[in-house]
Amino acid sequence: MARLDETTANERTLMRQTPATAEAQTANAALARKMRRRGEESRFWWLVPTIYIIFLMLPIYWLVNMSFKTNQEILGAFSLWPRNPTLANYAVIFNDPSWYRGYINSIIYVVMNTVISVAVALPAAYAFSRYRFLGDKHLFFWLLTNRMAPPAVFALPFFQLYSAFGLIDTHIAVALAHCLFNVPLAVWILEGFMSGVPKEIDETAYIDGYSFPRFFLRIFMPLIASGVGVACFFCFMFSWVELLIARTLTTTAAKPIAAIMTRTVSASGLDWGVLAAAGVLTILPGALVIWFVRNYIAKGFALGRV
Amino acid sequence: MGRTWNNKAWFMVLPVLLLVAFSAIIPLMTVVNYSVQDTFGNNVFFWAGAEWFEEILHSDRFWEAMGRNLVFSAIILVIEIPLGIFIALNMPKKGWGVPVCLVLMALPLLIPWNVVGTIWQVFGRVDIGLLGYTLRALGFDYNYVNDPFDAWITVIVMDVWHWTSLVVLLCYAGLVSIPDAYYQAAKIDGASRWAIFRYIQLPKMNRVLLIAVLLRFMDSFMIYTEPFVVTGGGPGNTTTFLSIDLVKLAIGEFNLGEAAAMSIIYFLIVMLLSWVFYTVMTAYDAER
Repeated sequence: MARLDETTANERTLMRQTPATAEAQTANAALARKMRRRGEESRFWWLVPTIYIIFLMLPIYWLVNMSFKTNQEILGAFSLWPRNPTLANYAVIFNDPSWYRGYINSIIYVVMNTVISVAVALPAAYAFSRYRFLGDKHLFFWLLTNRMAPPAVFALPFFQLYSAFGLIDTHIAVALAHCLFNVPLAVWILEGFMSGVPKEIDETAYIDGYSFPRFFLRIFMPLIASGVGVACFFCFMFSWVELLIARTLTTTAAKPIAAIMTRTVSASGLDWGVLAAAGVLTILPGALVIWFVRNYIAKGFALGRV
Repeated sequence: MGRTWNNKAWFMVLPVLLLVAFSAIIPLMTVVNYSVQDTFGNNVFFWAGAEWFEEILHSDRFWEAMGRNLVFSAIILVIEIPLGIFIALNMPKKGWGVPVCLVLMALPLLIPWNVVGTIWQVFGRVDIGLLGYTLRALGFDYNYVNDPFDAWITVIVMDVWHWTSLVVLLCYAGLVSIPDAYYQAAKIDGASRWAIFRYIQLPKMNRVLLIAVLLRFMDSFMIYTEPFVVTGGGPGNTTTFLSIDLVKLAIGEFNLGEAAAMSIIYFLIVMLLSWVFYTVMTAYDAER
């Protein structure tokens, strides 16, 4: 019902615009062509993004390059690409439980955290975007301070808190601890998306006799589906990239891959190839899903406010 | 925005409140607790009042770390903001280049922070790293392990590499929201490239830029993992920023009182900055 109303309204505005004369349109097109020619008068506009992207890709390339080399080759001859590409480094990781468990641990707590964060953030974001209530602004602000809080401040108190509950070295401990910054993030992002949905849709649905849960699941969720996806992505990402808290709260059974990597560096300092391969594998999840959120990345990093 | 007054909305916020209270308020109270007490061990604590705060505010170590961190944040902002604007202005506006640029530029933002550290640690090494090796080959006496200046350069270049894309993406989001009509009007008036930037693009990017500045300042102010992995705070203490110092104090030296007092001062600064951020955001939302 509501969506139908929206489309008719759109059509009406479209019709109002069409009377613009054909002449004006061709003039506009000519001007736009001219502008493009002049605006990008330097034919080298692509130079800046290209140089920047090369600057970004070089260190990553170097890591990938190293991950396909043997240690002898890395330390022996300096070469821009692997002479004898080898998958041995990756084989080490996939065959050694103490390595690949790290990935499993990371993924377990990251997924737990994403589910918890988005599930509790959905109703809260709806409340913030639709209602005014006692202390709403203070609450919203308080959430923000938690997103901005330095993890270093919380590392030790978290350790003591979760020790008291006997939760040290469990996945749920890390998942709950990461809620500190991910729940506020999810609330802010979702609130941004929800405020973009006109309130009339809610009202129409109530008049049509929808109960709140049914309205929320059947009508509202599809409308903010992209927002939920973006919120999930960012919760996933920020939980995935965080190390300080995750490392503090785990010892062996739930140790994240990131912490296992640092240990290897300090202990042996020799296994460069394996270290590089492990690093490449931590970059992959982000690289795989980034395509789907490419248009919302700015919005997500700006807490739903762009 | 016509939001209706309804206190029942509290029930919808309750889960968030409980969850964040558990992971924010309880730990914070622990910190407050430690900051006003002292102990001789055995879990026996006694009241110490503001002693720890006095100690931290009189300690050179704290102010040095604070100074280093402020200088670091300032350098980061001075480099990343103009660079980000410049790159955003030169981004393609349409065509296949847009998604390619967006995805490739966003990639560093999604790399785990310690891997960012690892990447640069390896990249900068003089024996096996492309950067270090090349600099050595060109005749520079580059060594980020022993030379404080080189360590700073490495950490700064790493942060520019890691976070400039955030500024680019935000500015780009601001730029594409400018209707074509503005540019056409400017062309008719014969506006120069600079005038277009100064009077059309910059005002439109205003708020986005403010977000970028605030986010970059806060994140660089609490940077921990990346410099820790690359330099470990060294050589000496030259790249020991506030967070690194705090973790050293709390977990390394187990000096709970001082660490707690420092945490609170740290947190108050962050609160103040969050408030600025919030004011900016709500002013923006009100206009929307």
